[in-house]
Amino acid sequence: MANVIRRQTPAARLFRGLLYGVLILAALFYILPLVVMLMTSVKPLSEISAGSLLSLPQNPTLTPWTKAWGEACTGMRCEGVGGYFWNSFAIVIPAVLISTTIGALNGYALTKWRFKGSELVFALMLFGCFIPFQVVLLPMAQTLGWLGISSSRAGLILVHVVFGIAFTTLFFRNFYVGIPNELVSAAKLDGAGFFRIFWRILLPVSAPIIVVSVIWQFTQIWNDFLFGVAFSAHNTQPVTVALNNLVNTSTGVREYNVDMAAAMIAALPTLVVYVLAGKYFVRGLTAGSVKG
Amino acid sequence: MATLQLHNITKRFGDTEVIKGIDLEVNDREFVVFVGPSGCGKSTLMRMIAGLESATDGDILIDGQRINDVGPADRGLAMVFQSYALYPHMTVEGNMGFSMRLAGVPKEERRAKVLEAAKILQLEPLLDRKPKALSGGQRQRVAIGRAIVRNPSIFLFDEPLSNLDAALRVQMRIELARLHDELDATMIYVTHDQIEAMTMADKIVVLHDGVVEQVGSPMALYHHPCNRFVAGFIGSPKMNFLQVTMTGVTPDGVAIRLPGGGERSVPVDGQHLAPNAALELGVRPEHLVLDEQGPLSGQIKVLERLGGQTSLYVQMDDELITIMADGDVAYRVNDTVHFGFAPERAHLFDTDGLALPSLEQHPLAGLTRQDNRAPGSPSEEPA
Repeated sequence: MANVIRRQTPAARLFRGLLYGVLILAALFYILPLVVMLMTSVKPLSEISAGSLLSLPQNPTLTPWTKAWGEACTGMRCEGVGGYFWNSFAIVIPAVLISTTIGALNGYALTKWRFKGSELVFALMLFGCFIPFQVVLLPMAQTLGWLGISSSRAGLILVHVVFGIAFTTLFFRNFYVGIPNELVSAAKLDGAGFFRIFWRILLPVSAPIIVVSVIWQFTQIWNDFLFGVAFSAHNTQPVTVALNNLVNTSTGVREYNVDMAAAMIAALPTLVVYVLAGKYFVRGLTAGSVKG
Repeated sequence: MATLQLHNITKRFGDTEVIKGIDLEVNDREFVVFVGPSGCGKSTLMRMIAGLESATDGDILIDGQRINDVGPADRGLAMVFQSYALYPHMTVEGNMGFSMRLAGVPKEERRAKVLEAAKILQLEPLLDRKPKALSGGQRQRVAIGRAIVRNPSIFLFDEPLSNLDAALRVQMRIELARLHDELDATMIYVTHDQIEAMTMADKIVVLHDGVVEQVGSPMALYHHPCNRFVAGFIGSPKMNFLQVTMTGVTPDGVAIRLPGGGERSVPVDGQHLAPNAALELGVRPEHLVLDEQGPLSGQIKVLERLGGQTSLYVQMDDELITIMADGDVAYRVNDTVHFGFAPERAHLFDTDGLALPSLEQHPLAGLTRQDNRAPGSPSEEPA
């Protein structure tokens, strides 16, 4: 059979060449915006207004990056997006950790400690995945007001946690369904209770789904703009909101290179997370069950 | 070490009653096997004894103490699961010592106990391995080891050999029997495999649709099944059943007319039967004998040569009758064979499926596995 595969007719070879050609073109097409962004972000302004979008930078410079980080104007202030970058982390990290933890506990309880109506509870939680963000803006604002945490970092974290639980619960529930119930029964007989079984038995085998949940939540919350702009005060705004303000602040000439650098800065963390943990993401999503 | 009593145990899931009032007594150091087809409630019953399910009604007593409200870990039981249920991220030693770790037993003591159990099960070289680096039989032994270190008053086994291949199953069966002698423990064992039940049990409990059909020693169940279900379930291949009519009752038994017209008298008690009652005759394949003068006959449809024995599947009217014959019989498919049976090996069932009681007990009916040992010799069985 190997012979048959190796000896290609000219037509087959042509077809293969075409196939690769189309695929390479498609790949280039997809990477193009990133390339343009990167190139534009290291060009001086004069080069942008003179040359075409696709020309290589003649005198590469990092000034747009430093300006975007520390000097560019976002509305009335001119402090760059650096501060907001850390703001985002201050929101994302607790929100991801809390929503993942609660999702794991929910998934564990819904699969290993079934109670009457547990399927209904799960179905209702699943419903949360499909609620459009815009619908909850007003009631959420009201609720945050009642709780006395409107326009605060805690308020924004709460919003993200509430919204994230639907997804994290779904992830963990579907993962734990594949883990044999007998494992939990055995641990019960060994003398472990609800939390000990979770901590000692379930959590140690949950690494793939924890990675999925963390990547998903990190990306969602980091990229959020709507909640960020609606529920944060000036000093707690996330980087997405700052980026928007930076791009929309027009004082004279539009600095495309600074805009692009700021956009790159805002996109970098999610890229890094995906590159570092991406293979676990795919593995975790496809992981069916844990075999003993 | 421990006795177990069940009084009127009932389990309902919603409106469906899966266990319908079971009474049972398990004696100290007894090896009791719950056997039945899938869905008969045997695993649910075991999970209730273990405390993993609550009983809807009734009492569970260990050594006379009601334990319905005692948590699973505090009942002094250990359970071995069908899927082994080993903790995948822990080593063999970690798995076996987990219960002691939870109980706060110091490390040296833990290790000593694990080593002791590992010695019994020949697991010493594997203590540092993770479950995924073990074979099926080794995993099963680790699961048993995890039960042993808890030093339980009663061992529970939930279909522990079902995931093993045939050869390994036979080996583990022998090992479990040996373990029972060595540990002198009370053991309850759930299986759907009647061979496991026959070979290991002191006492078999046959369950069907949430009720106990019969309790007794393997030999008693084999020779004196109390109804048609037990008769069909115990023994392999299955017992043959034939429609017969009663022609008379004598002090020596019940006279019947066989499908081919022949007449026989079966030594069972038929005093309460109405005249000409419809009856069902049950004869095990190994009790049917090929005989040119035999009262029954039929055409061979399938012939399976096992070497030592030959299974003949014989068409008789609408029934396919199984006969276990000698390995060297010269018949071929489509040959007509005549056969008969010894009347004292036959069973008669009334229209309700209840067996007519035998007039004479089989001499081995009271035998348990324990009795197979030579008197005086302690627990010495070849492993």
